[in-house]
Amino acid sequence: MRALRLGLFLAGAAGLAGLLAWAFVDLPAFGEGRSVYASVVDRVALPERKAPNAVTTVVFDVRGLDTLLEEAILFAAAAGVAMLLRDAHEGETAARRDAVRSDAVRALGMLLAPFALVLGLYTIAHGHLTPGGGFQGGVVVAAAVVLVYVAGRGDAFDRIAPTSAWDAVEGAGVGAFVVVGLCGLTAGGQYLENVFPLGVRGALAAAGTIPVLSWSAGIAVAAAFVLLFREFLDQLRDEES
Amino acid sequence: MTAIQVVAVVLVGLAGTAVVLTRDIVRQALLTSLFGFALTALFLVLQAPDVALSEIVVGTIGFPLVLAVAIARSRG
Repeated sequence: MRALRLGLFLAGAAGLAGLLAWAFVDLPAFGEGRSVYASVVDRVALPERKAPNAVTTVVFDVRGLDTLLEEAILFAAAAGVAMLLRDAHEGETAARRDAVRSDAVRALGMLLAPFALVLGLYTIAHGHLTPGGGFQGGVVVAAAVVLVYVAGRGDAFDRIAPTSAWDAVEGAGVGAFVVVGLCGLTAGGQYLENVFPLGVRGALAAAGTIPVLSWSAGIAVAAAFVLLFREFLDQLRDEES
Repeated sequence: MTAIQVVAVVLVGLAGTAVVLTRDIVRQALLTSLFGFALTALFLVLQAPDVALSEIVVGTIGFPLVLAVAIARSRG
């Protein structure tokens, strides 16, 4: 049995090694080579869309439909986790465990939370200008909410992370993305076409739909992660009641 | 490839191997966080700050946190 398993593994590993070697042979050298796609993005991002950050331009403009589907995946994941883990008897659940023994952790956690929140919102708002965008900023906002929990303030965490409110925020974020996409259709273009005013390059309100989509993605991602963390952390309550 | 890129790639390799070779799942969850941090450093030196920003929150904090909670829950 062991010999059979080893043989199966060796055959699979040899096949994988062969395929990988075949794939690597045709790769351009490290840091060299330029795809056609990269040239297109360079031509589109700054000159046509007035967005200095090419990555966010790709995510919310060039392949906006992919991003919408990615959000749908995250939405489905958050909904699935809530369906599996959410307690039907909300409100009568037991007290949270408070295992934080260090005052330094408590103070630092509460001190860092507002800074993390502002950093997250900044990252969403400046997505079309500097590295960042809706996804990155959204997860930082969710991390700020979790910091409150890490600081041992389970009571405050319950107050700022009520599932009813974040459920609505999650739906609103994903819904806003879909509606902005429909604006392209009503303007006579294609779905998710960049039909909003492009403005001046480098401005906060520029690049058309890119910052609007970045905000809706940021809101949806933040809510999805807050809900995911909330459902998982709710599993740590005491079981007495 | 510059020296710092080589260092980052080696760190990712070491951290990833350490995660696989660790038998205790609590340590494995902690090492996953370290692996996420190594990946963040790699993305940063390869000039992909957008990916690094996502990786540092999801890979270094989010995923290990969910793992830790699941382990704590399953152990009662």
